[in-house]
Amino acid sequence: MHGEAAIVLDGVAKRFGTTWALSGISARIEPGRLTGIVGPDGAGKTTLMRLMGALLAPTEGRIEVAGRDTVRDAEEIHVLAGYMPQRFGLYEDLTVQENLDLHAKLRGLSAAERERAFAEVLAFTELGPFTGRLAGKLSGGMKQKLGLGCALLARPRVLLLDEPSVGVDPLSRRELWDIVRRLAAEGMTVVWSTSYLDEAERCDDVLLLDEGRIEFAGPPGELRERVAARSFLILDVDDRRRDVLRRALDLPGVRDGVIQGRAVRVVLAGADGGAADAARAAPLAPDGAALAAVDALARAEGGTMRQVAPRFEDAFIDLLGGGPGGRSPLAERMEPVRLDTEIAVSCRHLTKRFGTFTATDDVTFDVRTGEIFGLLGPNGAGKSTTFKMLCGLLRPTSGRAEVAGIDLARAGGDAKQRVGYMAQKFSLYGLLSVRQNLKFFAGIYGIAGALRRRRIDEMVETFELGRFLNSSPNELPLGFKQRLALACALMHRPAVLFLDEPTSGVDPITRREFWMHINGLVRKGVTVLVTTHFMDEAEYCDRVAMIHRARLIALARPDELKAAAASAENPAPTMEDAFIAMIESHAGVEERAA
Amino acid sequence: MRFQRLVAQIRKEILSVLRDPRTRAVLIGPPLLQLFVFAFAATLEVENVSLAVLDLDGGKWSHELVQRVRATRMAGDVLVVESHDALAEAVDARRVLAAMAFQPDFSRRIEAGLPADVQIVLDGRRGNSAQIALGYLQSIVAELNADLAVLRGGRPPRTIAIDVRHWFNPNLEYLWFTVPSLVGILSMFSALIITALSIARERELGTFEQLLVSPASPLEIIAGKCIPAVVIGTVLGSVMLAAGIFLYRIPFTGSVLLLYAALVVFILSVVGVGLMISSISRTQQQAILGAFSAGVPLVLLSGFATPVENMPPVLQALAQADPLKHFLVIVQGSFLKALPPDVVLETLVPILLIAAVTLTAALFFVRGRLE
Repeated sequence: MHGEAAIVLDGVAKRFGTTWALSGISARIEPGRLTGIVGPDGAGKTTLMRLMGALLAPTEGRIEVAGRDTVRDAEEIHVLAGYMPQRFGLYEDLTVQENLDLHAKLRGLSAAERERAFAEVLAFTELGPFTGRLAGKLSGGMKQKLGLGCALLARPRVLLLDEPSVGVDPLSRRELWDIVRRLAAEGMTVVWSTSYLDEAERCDDVLLLDEGRIEFAGPPGELRERVAARSFLILDVDDRRRDVLRRALDLPGVRDGVIQGRAVRVVLAGADGGAADAARAAPLAPDGAALAAVDALARAEGGTMRQVAPRFEDAFIDLLGGGPGGRSPLAERMEPVRLDTEIAVSCRHLTKRFGTFTATDDVTFDVRTGEIFGLLGPNGAGKSTTFKMLCGLLRPTSGRAEVAGIDLARAGGDAKQRVGYMAQKFSLYGLLSVRQNLKFFAGIYGIAGALRRRRIDEMVETFELGRFLNSSPNELPLGFKQRLALACALMHRPAVLFLDEPTSGVDPITRREFWMHINGLVRKGVTVLVTTHFMDEAEYCDRVAMIHRARLIALARPDELKAAAASAENPAPTMEDAFIAMIESHAGVEERAA
Repeated sequence: MRFQRLVAQIRKEILSVLRDPRTRAVLIGPPLLQLFVFAFAATLEVENVSLAVLDLDGGKWSHELVQRVRATRMAGDVLVVESHDALAEAVDARRVLAAMAFQPDFSRRIEAGLPADVQIVLDGRRGNSAQIALGYLQSIVAELNADLAVLRGGRPPRTIAIDVRHWFNPNLEYLWFTVPSLVGILSMFSALIITALSIARERELGTFEQLLVSPASPLEIIAGKCIPAVVIGTVLGSVMLAAGIFLYRIPFTGSVLLLYAALVVFILSVVGVGLMISSISRTQQQAILGAFSAGVPLVLLSGFATPVENMPPVLQALAQADPLKHFLVIVQGSFLKALPPDVVLETLVPILLIAAVTLTAALFFVRGRLE
């Protein structure tokens, strides 16, 4: 068997209607390894997974899974490959055991086989104590584990997992990852698609897709090494980091830049000015002029520049052509806003109970005017409930939530006029055109006549929405959808901006552009309160509140949280490491208290 | 400012209805279909119908009438029967669609200038054709009446009265009854569906929260949902009204103004129900199901299909709370009975009460969703 690939893709292309979702895909996926399918949204990840699972037939080329053709031997592949779609088909009204029984029967396992498989799967997923629980009552992480368990019942030789970690909290994500790692070690071929770049970095191999084409195939370390000498941190620019980032991104030869705690991280272009192309393996030295310019900028701001170890994300952005520039045309046009209080948002002993379930438990914090405040936590931890009480969408069971000293749930129109809100998944009116959406949101905030025309024109110009004015927001590319949502939330010039998971499901490049605008708005005096489950986005925040199991478990600057989690074996922890460390120590405290 | 916000919401709501192919289909499809079905049924030509004649009179005028009937394209075979039993047997066995019976003194009474009766028996099982055949017979009798009047030099017409007996289906419903009722039923369903979808759609797509954090107050949000439903419901109701008057030529004898006032109040009462359904539905699917589970009982209780007087007392009491029941009285009365304004206003009172109750409840329901 040695040397024989588990999955062979040979010139595969897939067309839906007139658009090519995938083209020219040729690759080999090795047995006994964990292979990641990585790429921004709409890159074709799910299509590729479904093609490999013999659920779709390729338009061109052929695919072999364990030596069988996905078109000719589709039935056989369905038997020997386990496929777990993004939303696994669990029956929420059946118990864990009943779901397992059902899938075992669908797979045609005999009674004896079933007993053995159940014991194995339950041990693997640690779901043993929960067999009597309804699947609908499981947490997101447990649901994914049960889904994985069902896919594993028939002992597949190839396991295809389509974005298994979406909507799963960091702890469960790690558990899921460990399970899959062990399976791979036992010789199973595992394909894991993801848009989380930190997961991609931990795979044995990755296939990096962009716009339906393979941009890179190989071990993630190999891609990372391409930017080996080109990743830098600008340190000691604490208060001015957003400004430094903005200016750094506008320098020629700066490929990418993000805020990392108190520092700014930049990736410089290669010496010849271009990106590393796929054929070139050796790392490039950074572009001399860019290096000098960034260094000068750092010095001018009283900071220092230091070369650091590259991250997979640096290379990923570099490969996809670099991130957006540092300018926010939106913020440049906006006049500064003022809020005459020092505390923009505050809550005191905020508690919300739904029946016997406590979603938010005694949460107290203040958001200072002009800061970016992050509400961080896994799905279902209670951050959404807390957030909704702050912007007046839910009434607290007890405690107070105020914006500029006013309880929004009881406030009249004037108080709400000062608040901007962007809901999860860019909630726009899909039945209305882009222009009608802009008009509606202007109208609902009482903007009329010439002012309305001016504000709409301004947003259309700033966000380059002109060519989409008559299409539905649903048809827009994700990046433009996000811009439109932001435009709708900002036309009335709010002083406080509430953002509920604004970047969920958005690829890294679009996320960067979004944060550029947010950084620009903060410069104009806007206070931003944002929820996110992307731990790395916490880096953009001045302070973050971590919510776990309904309680506030930490409130600090991102760097302080990371520093607290540093240990001998992990001297430079990520935000996610910090988060997990925080939860574990918190669990320890709870146990001692109990 | 306030007005601006309301206008923005109303425009948005109407656009969502008009731009959504599914809602459009639900709102425009059924009325068109019904119009079509009725138009089709109404223009069905009835030809070569078998008729039975029981002529106990045997005089000049009964003979004249039968000859005139025979001369039309409508009449096919004419079966002459000798007794009421034979006539009954012919209708029973479906050998004829309609039968005419003349009393022994028919011609004598006409000669004497007295009113005379001709009895027409129709096969109610073939309601539509029978109804059309009846229409023909009525016009033939009317013609004869007119001729008689001319003969007598302008004496009162309608000497011959038609005495119609529908066998097998004594409560036969006809176009004249159905089309006016459709004005109510269609505007009710459209208003119900539009409002039921309105909040549920926003909740499903996540835009409702966007609306709640905006300066618009709950009252404004509710008004923003009610007004478009009233507008669209009224337009659809008007289309049916126009169809009834111009297409089916049903005599409209009441006050248009009062009918429209009643229509708006009626729709408002339904809108309250729709909003309540919407505020407890999490998806548009639930909302549609909810709209139909409310709409169907409302129609059943309204007396549209079965007379309210024939229902058990409990349901009769319940029917009083059905706005459609009251509105049907107004709309049917406006069409055929020249319902006097004071009766219209009297009937409007319960609808107003129901509207007040449902709209208040809707306000509480929508507010309750904030908790």
